[in-house]
Amino acid sequence: MTATTISPVKTTESALSVRHLWKIFGTKADKIIGSPDADLSRQELQAKTGCVMAVKDVSFDVAPGEVFVVMGLSGSGKSTLVRLLTRLIEPTAGQVIMGGSEITAASESELRELRRHHVAMVFQHFGLLPHRKVIDNIAYGLEVRGEGKTERRQRAQEMVDLVGLEGYEESYPDQLSGGMQQRVGLARALAVDPDVLMFDEPFSALDPLIRRDMQNEVIRLHEEVGKTMVFITHDLSEALKLGDRILIMRDGEIVQIGTPDEVVAVPADDYVRDFVSEVPRSHVLTLRWVVREPRPGEPVDGPVMQAGVIVKDAARAVLEAEQPVRVYDGDRFLGVVDDEDILRVVVAEEDEQPEPEPQP
Amino acid sequence: MSVLDRPRVEEPVPEVGAPPRLKRGWAVGATIFVWLGGWALLRGTATLELGGAELTGFHQWLNGVRDDFDAARDTSFFFQYVIGGISTAIDTVVTFFQELLSQPAFPRPVPEIGWLGVVALLTWLAYALAAWRSALLVFVSLLLFGSLGYWTDSIDLLIVTAVAVAICVVIGLPTGIWMARSKRATAALTPVLDLMQTMPAFAYLAPLALFFGIGPASAVVTTLIYALPPLVRITAHGIRTVAPTTLEASRSLGTTDVQALRKVQLPMAKRTIIVGVNQCMMAALSMATIAALINGPGLGQPVAQALQSLDIGSAFVSGIAIVIMAIMLDRTTTAASQRAEKEARAGRAGGRRRWVVLGAGGAVALVLVYVSRTYLWAAEFPERPDLGTPLSDGVTQLTDWLVTTLENVTNSLKDLVTYALINPLESLLADTPWWLMGLVILAFAYLLGGWRPTAISAVCLLVILGTGLWNETMKTLTTTLVATLIVILSALVVGVWMGRNHRADTAIRPLLDALQTIPPFVYLVPALALFSTSRFTAIVAAVAYGVPIATKLIADGIRGVSPTSVEAARAAGTTAWQMISKVQLPMARAAVVLASNQGLLYVLSMVVIGGLVGGGGLGYLVVAGFSQAQLFGKGLAAGIAITALGIMLDRIAQYAAARYGRA
Ligand SMILES: Nc1ncnc2c1ncn2[C@@H]1O[C@H](COP(=O)(O)OP(=O)(O)OP(=O)(O)O)[C@@H](O)[C@H]1O
Ligand SMILES: [Mg+2]
Repeated sequence: MTATTISPVKTTESALSVRHLWKIFGTKADKIIGSPDADLSRQELQAKTGCVMAVKDVSFDVAPGEVFVVMGLSGSGKSTLVRLLTRLIEPTAGQVIMGGSEITAASESELRELRRHHVAMVFQHFGLLPHRKVIDNIAYGLEVRGEGKTERRQRAQEMVDLVGLEGYEESYPDQLSGGMQQRVGLARALAVDPDVLMFDEPFSALDPLIRRDMQNEVIRLHEEVGKTMVFITHDLSEALKLGDRILIMRDGEIVQIGTPDEVVAVPADDYVRDFVSEVPRSHVLTLRWVVREPRPGEPVDGPVMQAGVIVKDAARAVLEAEQPVRVYDGDRFLGVVDDEDILRVVVAEEDEQPEPEPQP
Repeated sequence: MSVLDRPRVEEPVPEVGAPPRLKRGWAVGATIFVWLGGWALLRGTATLELGGAELTGFHQWLNGVRDDFDAARDTSFFFQYVIGGISTAIDTVVTFFQELLSQPAFPRPVPEIGWLGVVALLTWLAYALAAWRSALLVFVSLLLFGSLGYWTDSIDLLIVTAVAVAICVVIGLPTGIWMARSKRATAALTPVLDLMQTMPAFAYLAPLALFFGIGPASAVVTTLIYALPPLVRITAHGIRTVAPTTLEASRSLGTTDVQALRKVQLPMAKRTIIVGVNQCMMAALSMATIAALINGPGLGQPVAQALQSLDIGSAFVSGIAIVIMAIMLDRTTTAASQRAEKEARAGRAGGRRRWVVLGAGGAVALVLVYVSRTYLWAAEFPERPDLGTPLSDGVTQLTDWLVTTLENVTNSLKDLVTYALINPLESLLADTPWWLMGLVILAFAYLLGGWRPTAISAVCLLVILGTGLWNETMKTLTTTLVATLIVILSALVVGVWMGRNHRADTAIRPLLDALQTIPPFVYLVPALALFSTSRFTAIVAAVAYGVPIATKLIADGIRGVSPTSVEAARAAGTTAWQMISKVQLPMARAAVVLASNQGLLYVLSMVVIGGLVGGGGLGYLVVAGFSQAQLFGKGLAAGIAITALGIMLDRIAQYAAARYGRA
C-alpha cells in the first residue's frame, strides 16, 4: 500500500473546481480539441469523425458544504462528467482540483488514495456486491484501504444506524428492496468519511414514494454530516428540492448555472425554459422575483416580509393584508408586493397548464 | 419523468464483398449447373482415389518421421527431457493413483486401497463437496461399476479424467483470468482455442501418439487439449460479465487490480467458473473414452474392443458404465456448484450437523480403508452379484431378436437413405474431378460467406490435396452433409414444437439434456446394434449426437421471439402455420443458423468416430493408422485432412451465419 497523502495546497476556497474539462469518446479524440472540429455540434462531429463529444469545455466551482446539482436530458453527459471528476473516466483535457490537489495530475496510487479517503460515489444501479452481507458491503471501502476487522465493523455499524438499516446487517443485497439497497450504497459511500460525495442519478431506479423518502434522507444527512455533494439527476423537481445551485447541461455543454429560483425565473434559453415550464413557479420563486418599486401614492406601511420567502408561503399573508407587503433583504428595502403580483405568478401557471397535484 | 434511458445501438457493419441477393440466386444456379454438367461429362476421372493399402510419398514420409521420432526418443535432448519429462510426470501420477485405487500395487496382488475403501472415500468426498444426494448417487454408481464387471476400468477412467481436469484447472483458471483482463491475450488466444475446439477429437490422437507414444500420458494430453477450451472460455466469460457497475463502484472506492479480482470478480464469477469446471469434466470424460484408441486406460477400452469385434452385448454394458459415470460426474459437480452458492448465501448456518456427519463419515471411511487393505474380500470386487453377464446376454438376445424382427424396417430405412441420398451425393462429390469439385466448393464458400471464408477454404483444400486423401475426404464430407441435413430437419420439427408448446418442452428437454451428457463414443453402440456396420450407421450415430444441441437451440430461439410480436400477429388473424413460417422462424433465424452451425460441427466429429463402425472415409483411416504400423502415416494424414475439412466447414458456416443470422 502506498501511503501517499495528497498535500492540501490551498489554491482556492472551493471544495472542487473544474477548469475547461473535455471528454471526447473515440480514437484520436485529443486531436479534436483546439481544431475547428471542436466547434461542430455533437451530431456533426460524430458524423464527421465518429467521435462522441460527451463533455465540452466545462468549468465550475463547488463551495465546501454545497449541494451542487447537475441536470440535463439523457445523453447530455452528466454521468460522464461526474466520472471525470474522480477519473473513473479519463478526461481528454482540462483540470479538476479537489481540496486543493490536482486530480488530473495525480498518479495511479495518489488517485487510489484519493478515492479511498476523499471522495465517494453513489450509483444509479447501486453496484453492491451480491455475495457480501449488507454490513460487509458497507465496510468494503474500509476493507480495501486496509482497516482492521473490528474497526471497520464498528464504523459500518454506525453507518447502518445512520441510514436506518438496523436489523438488516446480515442480509444479502438481493433480499432488500431497491430503496434499502440504495441506503446500503449511501452507507458504503459515507463509511469512508469522504470530503465530497458524488451521486449519479441515485434514485432514478426507485419508485416515486421511496424516491421522496430517499431525497429527504439526503437532506437530513447533509444537515447532519455537512458534506459537499455533487448530485446528478434528470428530474427537475429533485434538482430544485436538493440543490443549492443547479448546473444545466445539454449535449455536453453548460447551458446555465444558478440557484433554483434563478433557473426558474430567468431561464438562459428555450431549452431551460422548456425544462422549467412544468414547475409550479409559486413553489420555487421567492418574493425577490416578484417585488417591484412602490407606485406613486401607494401605501408603504404594510406588513414586512423577507425576500427569501417562497411565493406560495407568502401568498396567504399578502392576500389577507390590507396594504401591499413591504419586502426586505435583511435591512435593505427592496419594494412591495400586492395581491395582483402574487396572483400573476399563481394564475399565469394555471393558464399554461393545469397543475395535476402539488409538488413536494 | 421527462426522459427515458436511450439504448446505445450498434450499427451493424455491412459485410464488404457480399454479392447482392438476386445475383446470388443466379450464381448458385449457375454453379450447380456447371457442377452437374461437369459430373455428367467427366465422372470418374481425376478423382484421386487411393486404394486401401496404397500410400503416397507424403504418407511414407510421415511413416519415416514416426520412425525417426521413435529412434530419437532415447537420444534427442528434446524428447528425453521435455517430452519425456512431461510424459513421465503424467505417467507417474496416473500410475500412483492406479496403484492406490485400481491396479495391483506390486508386490501386493491388489491395489493399496481395495474397492470397499474406494467406495467409502469417494462417497465421503461427494458428501463433502456436494450433499448427501450426491453421496448416494456416487455410492450406487460405484457399486454398479463393480457389479457390471468393470470396476478396474471405471476407476481407471475416473483417474484419467480427474488428472486431466486437475491439470486443466491449474492451467485454465489463470489463462481465463488473463484473457478476461487483457484484450491482447484474448486476441492471441481466441484463434488457438477455436482451433482446439473445431479440430475433431480424432484428429489429434495420431500426432500426440507421435510425440508421447501410446499410453496414459498421451491419453491425458489429448483429453487436456479437448477439455481445456471450455474452462478457459467460461472462466473468462464469467469474469468479463461481472456487472460493470459493480466493478466501477468498487473502483470508486480505490481498489487495486488485485483487490478487484479477489474481492469482486472471482467471487461474483464463482458459479460460472464451477459451470466451466463441469463442462471441462464432461469434455474430459468423453475424450478420455476415445483416448482408449491410443491405449488410454479406462472404460473406453472395453467399448472399443467390443465395437471392433461386433460384440454388442459387451459394448452395451461398458457403454452403460460410461453413461453412469457421466451422470455421476455431471450431477455431483452441479450439486457442488449449488452448494457453493448456498454456502455463500447462508454463511455456515446449519453447519453443525453437517460437520458432525462429515467427521463421523470420515472416520468410518478410514476404518473401511483399513479393512480393505487387510481383507481380500474387501480388496477385490466380488464376482457376485454379477449384473454384467446377464445384461450383456440379454442385450445380445434382444438385439438379435430386434434385428431379425425389424430387419425389414431397418434395412429399408438404411437402403432408402443410402440409395436416395448418400450414394447420389457421394457420387457427385467424390466422382467429380477434383479440380472441378474444388472450384465448386470455393464458389459455394464465396456465395455463402464472401471472400474471407473462400480464401480459408482454398488453403484447406490445398492441404487436403497435399494429404493425398482427396477422395476419402469427399466421402467423409458426404456423410457429414447427409447427417447434418437430417439433424437440421429433425431439430426444426422438434424444436419448433418445443418452442410453441410448453408441455412438449418440459417433457423433451430433460431427455435432450441427458443425451448431451453421454460421451459420443457410446452413441455408436445402439447404432451398431440396429444397423450393423455401414456408412448409414455412422450417420445414425452422428444424427443422434447432433440433434439434442440443435433442437435445444431452435426451441430456445422460438421461445425467445417477443411475445408481443406473436400476440400482434395472432390479433391479425394468423394461422398456426403462418405463425411458424412468417413470424417465429424468421424472427428466430439467428438461432436456426446457430443450430445448423453447431449441428454441423457435432456431426463432423461424430462421423469421423463412425470410422469405427464402418463409417469409412477419413475416420476409418485414423483407426487403421493405430492398428497397422505401415498405415500410421496415412492415418496421420487423415487426421490432418479431418482438421482441414473441419476448419473449412466451420469457417464457411461461421461467415454464412454472420451474414444470414442477422434478423
Ligand atoms: N464509453 C463510451 N463510448 C462512447 N460514447 C459514450 C461512452 N459513454 C458515454 N458515451 C456517450 O456520451 C454521451 C453522454 O453520455 P452520458 O452517459 O454521460 O449521458 P447522461 O447524461 O449520463 O445520460 P443518462 O441520463 O442517460 O444517464 C452519450 O451520447 C453517450 O452515448
Ligand atoms: Mg447517466
